Amino acid sequence: MINQLGNYSLYIALLISIFVISKILLSLRKSSITLSGNIFSLISVQSIMVIISFLTLIYAFVTSDFSNETVYNNSHTTKPLFYKISGTWGNHEGSLLLWLLVLTIFLFIFTVESKNLSQRYRTLTFFFQQIIIFGFLLFILFTSNPFSNLFPIPNEGTGLNPILQDPALAIHPPILYLGYVGTSIIFSSALAAIISGSINKSWASHIKKWVLVSWVFLSIGILLGSIWAYYELGWGGFWFWDPVENVSLMPWLCLTALLHTIFTLEKRDIFHSWAVILSITTFSLSMSGTFLVRSGILNSIHTFANDPSRGVFILCFLFILIFLSILIYFFYQKTIKENLTKPYLISKETAVLLNNLFMMFFLSVVLIGTVYPIFLEVINNEKISIGPPFYHKLLIPFLIPFLFFMAIGPNIKWINDKIGKINFTQVSIFIISIIVSYFFVKKYGVSYLLSLPLFILSIFLFFITIKDFFGKKVNISQKISHFGFSLLILSILLNGVLSKEFSSNMKVGDERKFLNKTIKFESIKVIKEQNYQSLIGEFNIKDENNSLSLKPELRIYDQPQTITSEADISSTIFSDNFLVFNVLKNDGFYNVRYQIKPFMIWIWISVILISFGGLISLKKKNV
Amino acid sequence: MSKNIKLTSIVLIVLFSFFVLLKGLDKSNTYSPELSTTKIDFNFKAKDLFSDEEIFLDDLIKNDGMSLINIWASWCLPCRDEHAYLLNLKSLYKLNIVGINYKDSEINAKKFLKELGNPYTNIITDPKGINSIELGAFGVPETFLIDNNSKLIIKKFIGPLDNSTFNQLTKLIK
Amino acid sequence: MKILKTFCILLIFFLFFQNHSLASSSQQVDKISKNLRCLICQGQSVYDSQSDFALSMKILIKKKIDEGKNDDEIYDFLISKYGEWIVYEPKFNKNTFFLWLLPILVFLGGGWIIFKKIKLFKL
Repeated sequence: MINQLGNYSLYIALLISIFVISKILLSLRKSSITLSGNIFSLISVQSIMVIISFLTLIYAFVTSDFSNETVYNNSHTTKPLFYKISGTWGNHEGSLLLWLLVLTIFLFIFTVESKNLSQRYRTLTFFFQQIIIFGFLLFILFTSNPFSNLFPIPNEGTGLNPILQDPALAIHPPILYLGYVGTSIIFSSALAAIISGSINKSWASHIKKWVLVSWVFLSIGILLGSIWAYYELGWGGFWFWDPVENVSLMPWLCLTALLHTIFTLEKRDIFHSWAVILSITTFSLSMSGTFLVRSGILNSIHTFANDPSRGVFILCFLFILIFLSILIYFFYQKTIKENLTKPYLISKETAVLLNNLFMMFFLSVVLIGTVYPIFLEVINNEKISIGPPFYHKLLIPFLIPFLFFMAIGPNIKWINDKIGKINFTQVSIFIISIIVSYFFVKKYGVSYLLSLPLFILSIFLFFITIKDFFGKKVNISQKISHFGFSLLILSILLNGVLSKEFSSNMKVGDERKFLNKTIKFESIKVIKEQNYQSLIGEFNIKDENNSLSLKPELRIYDQPQTITSEADISSTIFSDNFLVFNVLKNDGFYNVRYQIKPFMIWIWISVILISFGGLISLKKKNV
Repeated sequence: MSKNIKLTSIVLIVLFSFFVLLKGLDKSNTYSPELSTTKIDFNFKAKDLFSDEEIFLDDLIKNDGMSLINIWASWCLPCRDEHAYLLNLKSLYKLNIVGINYKDSEINAKKFLKELGNPYTNIITDPKGINSIELGAFGVPETFLIDNNSKLIIKKFIGPLDNSTFNQLTKLIK
Repeated sequence: MKILKTFCILLIFFLFFQNHSLASSSQQVDKISKNLRCLICQGQSVYDSQSDFALSMKILIKKKIDEGKNDDEIYDFLISKYGEWIVYEPKFNKNTFFLWLLPILVFLGGGWIIFKKIKLFKL
């Protein structure tokens, strides 16, 4: 019964969508579009309908209502309550409903916070956003309905995958979706602004909040995914260039470029067309991501299991939106009052353009790396793999000049600056970086040609961003984010270079030497837990100064039959000690992997800093 | 570049991508190994299970016609299921079947054959699993039908043989 | 801008002709197995996987290294058995020409557009 309530709410939302779209289309015939209070109430009702729908789905999960097919497939009576709730969006249908929920709520928020802006612009934004909502409603109601009934009602559900029962993984989707869906508002707003001829400083001021909100949420969402991968997957890595990860990184890169462009548009009234193009591209990337992940077209450890017919729908929907935006852009291009003065070579405007150039390059590497196998297979019938080496080879050489420009860019003045204005401080920091890097590379014997310049520039950027905190008229949010980014690059670099790994097959009682440490496999404890059997390996890692006790775990579930490996990680601000073990066929032997990973915590902290800078920027009352 | 050229080229690229992605949906996203036809390099040595001699796989595939290479192990349950088909192929079709005993103990392997019968003309051992990789195998059980002269793989069967794959095999042998 | 572009392209060529550093044989096994896809597990490398296939693969790689084969020969051997899909780093051949080239084109194209849109000399 509750099922039907959820279902019908969505149908009402669909009707509202159709009504609003038609009403706006009809009123387009008149030269001015006025918003009647009705549309506002309709949008509110629509949000409420979707909220109700979502709540009924949560309710069905919490009460283990197995008459609902989605609940049956994805839940189990013995699941802890927290995971029952998060199970709501941990599946294809539920996660789409979450997308829809955020789409409608964000539209509602937009309606409220844009009250004082031009009616024409607002109405057009509603129009485009409703088209997106309409598409999602159709998709959900007709191909991925979370409210389909099962009869006879099964006693127990089938969804108890232990890997999905993790706190980071539970909040990772909602946060990520807040980021993705934010880009939909930017998209609709950009199209609305072109048509109403209002791509200008005040549009930039207005949309800036949405760009910042999406960007912050997307950053944190990606961070949560990486943290989960590091703590849960047992390989000690946090980024694998897996298609699903790439799919979240692409809109982030585009959004970063857009963020800088919007700041510049607001301040200098320049780059109008480019801001629009980026707005359209960012949302297209979010939607393409949805397509790539859900259609089953890509091979990845975390794609939803899906049939291709759903893929066809999303593909068509995505391309309709892309075509629509291309047509609108070209048709209304003349209304964009582009600033005809060209920026000078040495100016902050050019620095922003340069930032965008690099962002677009990084974006194209990730995009091409992700979709190329599909194209190659269709055209040539060849299957290739594109993994980390490809991305590293293309990205790292371009990262080096990027770091340099990021260090000097923010300090260049707007409009025009002198080329000879090389700061004594900057030069001395650069020299210090060279010296530090040289000694570092020499000591640790990192022999690659590329790592020396990479080190020099990472350290250079790091010190420059610190120095930039001191000065007059400091834009604190920018400094924090830039510092966070430099810390991120430096931590990843140090972590990559200094990590050490040990792998061996050991029996209980065995001892091995590794570097200056002794690893002893002390014992194994077997404990029976609520829904799994736990094998805890007790290890002791000793060196001359201290002794560390690590207890990785193997969990043996029987519903479904899986064995998961839980690493034990001891984190300090300097380094993480990471230990994981796996059972081998030869009785009594376990494969033990011990890793020393310096500065892991700083990787997480730096992303938090980057987002924090964005948050502070939101709070600022003025530019 | 004139605006129209830009627009047309972008539209063309977008349309092209659309159709490629549409077609891509039909393709399976896991590698299906039947696509690759490789020539096997039989020039590796392995130990014969019964005689303990080191022999070249080359020497076991002589003459004309076809041979079957079957990767199996005593601890592999599906291998038991397919064993009857192998016995059939040997007795009825007089097929030259070479067995590769994968990551197994010799005692268990011999027991297995004693219990279920021996369809193999020769068996070589692969205690570490590296000989199977020379064949491009994924695991057990796996079966290859090869042409003795060209040493090419005619057909590769991943997983245990069953009725339909058995029928495919018998058709190919004729 | 032009100097920047040529600098970047030169760096890339450096990469392709980079010599691999000498490493001990077990490090070499690790390095190669990290670049190989474990074919029966979704999304894991041979290095990370504990499956039979991966374990046999690691033993085979060690054997080939002891026989004196270098990285490229080992990759080529495995590609001849399993197809290009097994290697994570796509080779540079006629199939992957566009793969490696397109991003560079994007960078150069973007650079050229910026070049046209800014004033090079101070008036």
